[in-house]
Amino acid sequence: MAQATHGGPAESGTRRDFLNLMTTSLAGFGALAVAWPMIHSLNPSKDVLALASVEVDLSAIEVGQAVTVKWRGKPVFIRRRTEEEIKQAEEVDLATLRDPQPDDVRVQKPEWLILVGVCTHLGCVPQGQKPAEPRGQYGGWFCPCHGSEYDTSGRIRRGPAPLNLEVPTYTFESDTLVKIG
Amino acid sequence: MAAPVFKNPVIRWIDHRLPIFSYLHHEAYEYPTPKNLSYWWNFGSLAGVMLMVMIATGLILAMQYTPHVDHAFNSVERIMRDVNYGWLLRYIHMNGASMFFIVVYIHIFRGLYYGSYKAPRELLWQLGVVIYLLMMATAFMGYVLPWGQMSFWGATVITNLFSAIPWVGDSIVTLLWGGFSVDNPTLNRLFVLHFLLPFVILAVVVLHIGALHRFGSNNPLGIDTKGPQDTIPFHPYYTVKDMFGLGVFFIFFAFWVFWAPNALGHPDNYIPANPLSTPEHIVPEWYYLPFYAILRSIPDKLMGVIAMGASIVILFFLPWLDRSPVRSGTFRPVFKWFFWILVFDCVILMFCGKYAPEAYWTPFTFEIVDAATFTERYAALAGLSHEAALNAVGEMWGVNFASGTFGIKIVRLGQLATIYYFAYFLIILPLLSIFETPKQVPLSISKPVLGGGRAAAHAAAKPMEKA
Amino acid sequence: MSASRVILGLLTLLAGLAAVAIVIANPVAHSEVHAGHWSFKGFFGTYDQAQLKRGHQIYANVCAGCHSMDLLAYRDLQEIGYTEDEVKEIAAAVQVMDGPNDAGEMFERAGRPSDRFKAPFANEQAARAANNGALPPDLTLIAKSRAGVGFLGYEGADYIHSLMTGYEETPPEGVTLGEGLYYNHAFKGHQIAMPPPLVDSPEAPLAQQAEDIAAFMSWASETNLDDRHRMGIKAILFLVIFTLIAYAAKRKVWAHLH
Repeated sequence: MAQATHGGPAESGTRRDFLNLMTTSLAGFGALAVAWPMIHSLNPSKDVLALASVEVDLSAIEVGQAVTVKWRGKPVFIRRRTEEEIKQAEEVDLATLRDPQPDDVRVQKPEWLILVGVCTHLGCVPQGQKPAEPRGQYGGWFCPCHGSEYDTSGRIRRGPAPLNLEVPTYTFESDTLVKIG
Repeated sequence: MAAPVFKNPVIRWIDHRLPIFSYLHHEAYEYPTPKNLSYWWNFGSLAGVMLMVMIATGLILAMQYTPHVDHAFNSVERIMRDVNYGWLLRYIHMNGASMFFIVVYIHIFRGLYYGSYKAPRELLWQLGVVIYLLMMATAFMGYVLPWGQMSFWGATVITNLFSAIPWVGDSIVTLLWGGFSVDNPTLNRLFVLHFLLPFVILAVVVLHIGALHRFGSNNPLGIDTKGPQDTIPFHPYYTVKDMFGLGVFFIFFAFWVFWAPNALGHPDNYIPANPLSTPEHIVPEWYYLPFYAILRSIPDKLMGVIAMGASIVILFFLPWLDRSPVRSGTFRPVFKWFFWILVFDCVILMFCGKYAPEAYWTPFTFEIVDAATFTERYAALAGLSHEAALNAVGEMWGVNFASGTFGIKIVRLGQLATIYYFAYFLIILPLLSIFETPKQVPLSISKPVLGGGRAAAHAAAKPMEKA
Repeated sequence: MSASRVILGLLTLLAGLAAVAIVIANPVAHSEVHAGHWSFKGFFGTYDQAQLKRGHQIYANVCAGCHSMDLLAYRDLQEIGYTEDEVKEIAAAVQVMDGPNDAGEMFERAGRPSDRFKAPFANEQAARAANNGALPPDLTLIAKSRAGVGFLGYEGADYIHSLMTGYEETPPEGVTLGEGLYYNHAFKGHQIAMPPPLVDSPEAPLAQQAEDIAAFMSWASETNLDDRHRMGIKAILFLVIFTLIAYAAKRKVWAHLH
C-alpha cells in the first residue's frame, strides 16, 4: 500500500482541494480563452470594417441639390442648402421643437447638411431628395409611411417621429471631399 | 441508491419536479466504474469532447459560409482572412476532424483488443459502428463544402460509386446529384446534411452511453466487476484522469492547428473546383485511405463497392464471429499476434490507399515509382530488352533481388492487405474461438487468482496502472 | 512497467508514427525542388516585412501583368508594413470598374483600399487569348496549392523559389521543347508556358528576387502565420501548465489506490 508520506488527511485534503481548484480554474480559463474567439468572430469582419467609411466627392453637387449615398447599408442624405434654407433653419424657435437642437450643432459647414436618411419613427426612408418628391410643409423631408415632416435642418416638426434625423460622424477631408463614418 | 441531497434550494426545487440533477449525479458522479481502467479508456471521453468542439466551431463557421458554387470557395477564404479569428476556427474545425478520427480509431482498436464488443455489450458496440458510419458521412460532406478541386472530384468519385448498383444505380446517382453532375444542388444539400448529421451523432452518442451504463465499462482484464470492491465512483477518479488526458490530447491537437494546419490535407483543395480539369491523383482524406485501398483492390466496380461496404458492415457481426469466452486480449496469447498484425495491416491499407494502384513500391529504396520507370530500371539492371522486361514485370511484381529492383505493385499489396483484413474477422477470429487456449483469467479485479499463470497473478496484484 | 507493456507501447507508437509518416508524405515532391531558408520557418517563424514589401513590388511590376490575386484587397497591404496613406496611394493608382451609374453605364474610378487587387484580364477567356491559350493562374493561394504544404508549411515557398531560379535557356540533351514552352527544372514535366519572369541584375540578383516573391506568395496564401505562431506558443504554454497541474491532481486523487 502507498504510504502517506505527506502529512495527515487534513493537509493532504487541502492540497488536494488546491490542486482540484487549480485544475478547475485553469480549465475554466481555457474554456473562456476558447469562447472569446468564437464570440469575436461574430463582430464585424475586416471587409465589413473596410466599408465602414465612405468618401463622397461634393464638387458635382449644385446649390439646392441633394444626393443620397449608401453608408453602412443605410442611405445618407447630403443636401447643399440654399441661403434661404439656411436662414429658415437658423430662425426656428427652439421651444417649438419636439427634439430641440439649434441648427449650428447639426452642421459643420452651414451649406452642407449631412443626415442619415432613416425616419426616427419606424425606419422608413423619407422623401425629399429628388426635385419631384414632396418635402412637407417645412421644406425638409416628408416620410410617406406615417406622415412625419422634417425641416431644412432635418429636425422633426410634425408627425409621430420622436427625434431629429441623425447626424452621422463625418470629416471634411477638403472643401470638396467629405468622409462619412 | 438514495437520492443525493443537494445543498442549493433552487436545485432541490427543480430536481423534485424534474430529477435531472439526481440523474446526472448518479450517471456521472457516483457511477461505479472498474478501478483498473488504463489510459486506453480515456479515448471515449476524448471523442465526446471532439464532437462538442466540432459542433461549436462548425456552428460559428456556418454563420460565415455561403453554400453556393460561385461563393463557397471565396467565403472560406474570407473566413481565413477577414473574419476575426476566422483562420483559427477554420483550422480547429479542419484539423479537429482528423483528431476526431484518430481518437475514434484508437477507441475502436481498444474495443477490438479488450473484447469490449462481447456480450452483454454487443449493442453498445453496434451503436458505436453506427456513430462511425455517421462520422464518415459527415466528414465526407464537410470536405466537399470548401469547393476545392479535391472537394469536387472526391464528391464526383464517391457519388459515382452508387452507379455500381444494378438497374437503379444511375437513377440514384442523378437523385443524389440533383442534376447531371456534382453541381450547386449537390453542394446545397450536402451542406444541410452536414449541418444535420452531427446532431444525429449526438443522439446516437446518448444511446451509446446509455447502453454503456447498463452494464458498465469493460476493463483491461476483461472480467466482470463483482461488487463495490472492484469499482470506484466516476467522480473524482475518472473525471480528473480525463482532465489530464484532455490536456495531453490538446497539446497534440494544438501542434497541428498552430504549426502544421495543412499537413493532413491535400494542397489541391486550395485550387477552386474545376469540372473540366481532373487532378492527377484523386485522394480522399487520410481517414478514408484504408477503405479506398479495399475499394481499389477489386477490379470489378460493384464488387469493389460491396467489399468496401462489407469491411465496415462486418464489424456489426463481430460479437458473433469472435466467440471466445475470454474477453481481453491480455489472456489470449495467439489472438494478440493476429491483432497486432491487423493494426499494421490497417496502416498498410492506408499506405495503399494513398498512392496510385499501378505504381510500384520498391521497399529497398523506399520509393514509389510509376510503372514505366520501374520497367525501365528493371530492364537496365537485369540486362533485358524492354519487351522482355515488360513480360517479366508482368502483372504481379518485378523480382530481381540481385540488382535490388524488387518492387510490388501498390494494388497487389492492397489486395494482400485486404485479404488479411477479411480473414481476421471471418476466419481467424472464429477459429481462435475454437482452438485457442487462453491463459488463466483471474477470479476478480480485486482478489488475486488462486494459482494460475504468472501474468494473471501479476495483473491481479496491480489492479491499475500507475500514471 | 512490465516488459510486455513496454513492447506493446512501443508497437503502438510505431504504428502511430508509421501512419502519420504515410499521411504527411508528399507524393508530388520534386527531387529538383531545393529547400530554402525562410524567416517564417519553424516554431517561432515570422514573416520579414521588408522582404514582403520587396516581394509585393515584384508582383506589382512583373507578375500583375498576367496574374490576378483576386482574394487580396489593397487594405491587406497594411499588414506587410505599408502605411494607411501608402495603401491609399497604391489603390488609387489603379482604375477599377464600378457601376452601373444612374444612366445604367459601367464606369471606371480610382481604386480604394477596400477594393480587391485589380485583375489584369476581365475573364478567363481574355486571359487565355492573350497567352497562347494558357491560363496564368490566380496567385493568391499558389504557395499552398502547388508543391504541397509539407509538414511545417514552407514547401510552397521552396517550390516557387525553385521555379523562379529553375529556368534553363537550352534544354538538356534528348529533350525537345514544345512550341511556346520553356525548360524549367522544378516544373512538373519540365516544360512551362510562362517565360522566365525575373531578370538578373547586380542591384536585384535573381536569387534574391526569387526569395522575395516566394515569401510574398507565402504571405498571400497564409496571412495568419504570425498570429498563428504567436497564439500557438501561448496555447502550448497554457496547456503544458494545465496538464502538469491536472497530472498532479490526478496523482493526488488516486494516491491511496496505488
